Amino acid sequence: MSADFLYGIEVVINGLMAGVLYALVALGFVLIFKASGIFNYAQGVMALFAALTLVGIMEGQVPFSHLINAIFGTDLHYFGWTVPALLAIAVTVVIMIFFAWAVQKFVFRHLVGQEPIILFMATIGLAFFLEGVGDLMWGSDIRTIGLGLPQGGSLWIEEATASLGGDDFYGFFLDKLDILATAVAAVLVAALVAFSQYTKQGRAMRAVADDHQAALSVGISLDFIWILVWSIAGFVALVAGVLWGVKSGVQFSLSLIALKALPVLMLGGFTSIPGAIVGGLIIGVGEKLFEYLVGPLVGGATENWFAYVLALIFLVFRPQGLFGEKIIERV
Amino acid sequence: MLYREAGDFKTSYAADSQTFPIAFDRYRYWAVLAVAFLVVPFFVNDYWANAILVPFLIYAIAAIGLNILTGYCGQVSLGTGGFMAVGAFACYKLMTAFPDVSIVIHLILSGVITAAVGAAFGLPSLRIKGFYLAVATLAAQFFLVWLFNRVPWFYNYSASGQINAPERTVFGVPVTGPNTEAWAQYLICLVFVTVCAIIARNLTRGTQGRTWMSIRDMDIAAEIIGVNPLKAKLTAFAVSSFFVGIAGALFFAVYLGAVEVGEVFGIQKSFLVLFMIIIGGLGSIFGSFAGAAFLVILPVALKLVGVDLLGWPTDLVAHLQLVIIGALIMFFLIKEPHGLAQWWRVAKEKLRLWPFPY
Repeated sequence: MSADFLYGIEVVINGLMAGVLYALVALGFVLIFKASGIFNYAQGVMALFAALTLVGIMEGQVPFSHLINAIFGTDLHYFGWTVPALLAIAVTVVIMIFFAWAVQKFVFRHLVGQEPIILFMATIGLAFFLEGVGDLMWGSDIRTIGLGLPQGGSLWIEEATASLGGDDFYGFFLDKLDILATAVAAVLVAALVAFSQYTKQGRAMRAVADDHQAALSVGISLDFIWILVWSIAGFVALVAGVLWGVKSGVQFSLSLIALKALPVLMLGGFTSIPGAIVGGLIIGVGEKLFEYLVGPLVGGATENWFAYVLALIFLVFRPQGLFGEKIIERV
Repeated sequence: MLYREAGDFKTSYAADSQTFPIAFDRYRYWAVLAVAFLVVPFFVNDYWANAILVPFLIYAIAAIGLNILTGYCGQVSLGTGGFMAVGAFACYKLMTAFPDVSIVIHLILSGVITAAVGAAFGLPSLRIKGFYLAVATLAAQFFLVWLFNRVPWFYNYSASGQINAPERTVFGVPVTGPNTEAWAQYLICLVFVTVCAIIARNLTRGTQGRTWMSIRDMDIAAEIIGVNPLKAKLTAFAVSSFFVGIAGALFFAVYLGAVEVGEVFGIQKSFLVLFMIIIGGLGSIFGSFAGAAFLVILPVALKLVGVDLLGWPTDLVAHLQLVIIGALIMFFLIKEPHGLAQWWRVAKEKLRLWPFPY
């Protein structure tokens, strides 16, 4: 096999793995959208907030220390202890559940029955709010997550595949973290599917997604289901935030992964979990291949917009996405 | 007492259908214009012009543009920043290619060019709706910014990738470039705002505006009663982009003078203008002004109170500002979806009867 072809394959594999991370973020969107019809723009900021909270708790940072110092003239920064990773994750999950409750109680309860686009704009406001709160709580410096996840290229795969090509091929370069992320995403999706298929709450969730009124009439509490869904979305955000955070540091740009997930959703359809995964993979591979093949011709950095344009062209032919429910409109 | 319509008799159809049917509103309108044109230019200094007045006026144009698309025609757009960039770069290319033509013509032409680009990106709106469309307009945002960053022709192959406004004059007074005085900046923006607002107001209360509103309220029903959705949506995109393009051109040429596209016309700008019309009031020209004023003044006021008065660090105030803006957006969407403009309307209703309860 020629080296160019093998490099092409490497690009595809790396694209697939990037796609898994996109799919992970997109998954959070789909969950909330299916259950409540809210298109949650704040999902990316939730990932940032969750990752920041995790780092802050692990390092024993005083929340709002910046603000407290400014108001009271104190000089607080750290409690002086560090928290083990598992405990910190548990605390973060509790905080995300509290956040889900607060969002439901103070915002979306009051917006029930509004047009979807109003809800969408409300989540943009929520994104700004949460970003500000995250910065106030934990500061806006770039952080690294010390979870001890493996990083760097996997030598083993590189050596095992080096013999495939000719002399100028050195084997596939795959990031260990990407491999781990793929595994985590697979487990997460399997767990979510099992949860929604085999538990009582999961069934209730699907019932709500199917028809709000019918679900209400058989005695399912919409409030509870929505809080549950937002909590799960918060958990997915935490996982996505940690994986991306290990990759590129916990910083503001983490919230922009939401923007990466949007075309994934458009491609896969807003209401379909398989759609989110397949869409993520298509976008991941597509943008890496496009950058590899066409990027050098037009000046590079095409990754910013390629996904959008792909999704846009696709939508013109199939407005509900790949796996979305058919859009039926009545007067 | 002052504000009432009793005794204000109309004797012609023209008088009956004018923009401000109540006499007091009319006087107020002329008074505001007179103060803005005849008094403020003599008192404006660099700080006021740069911090508040000029950005307010320019954002007001952009907000009017977005309001036509989102507030009147119901098509949410997150590509405002990208379209402003089109206006800015069109203006730059025109200014450098035809140095002898008046800057006013260039500004209008950049609006026309942006209108064409906007209509092109509006084409998907015929197939896709709601937030699918909102996300699709993000494609415009990212693609346009990337284009202006990467294709050197747009910034005349300058080494830094920045575009700088050369000096141009109107009636012998420089309005762009480093020698511009505050009052000249202010006046040219004011002229454009006034003209744009009058055009927008009259468009939206006429046939065209009603067509847009019928599309917003329910596009299928509108189609059934004979509204052409293709025409209505594309005109909304074009007219909206025209205003947004002019705002972008003014923002670059008159206000900033030098622009780095990713920084100035990024997605944050799109959100800022969207927030202006949410807070100000969707579907209201006055709301566009109110929202622009609010979001221009808020950071300045916060900085005054937080940094200068309380002595807090700048970044802390910036974070607080995010929290406040986010909270305000949610508050307005929950409590008053028609924004500040609705408060204004309610206040006027109350004033009609004041001081009597009924």
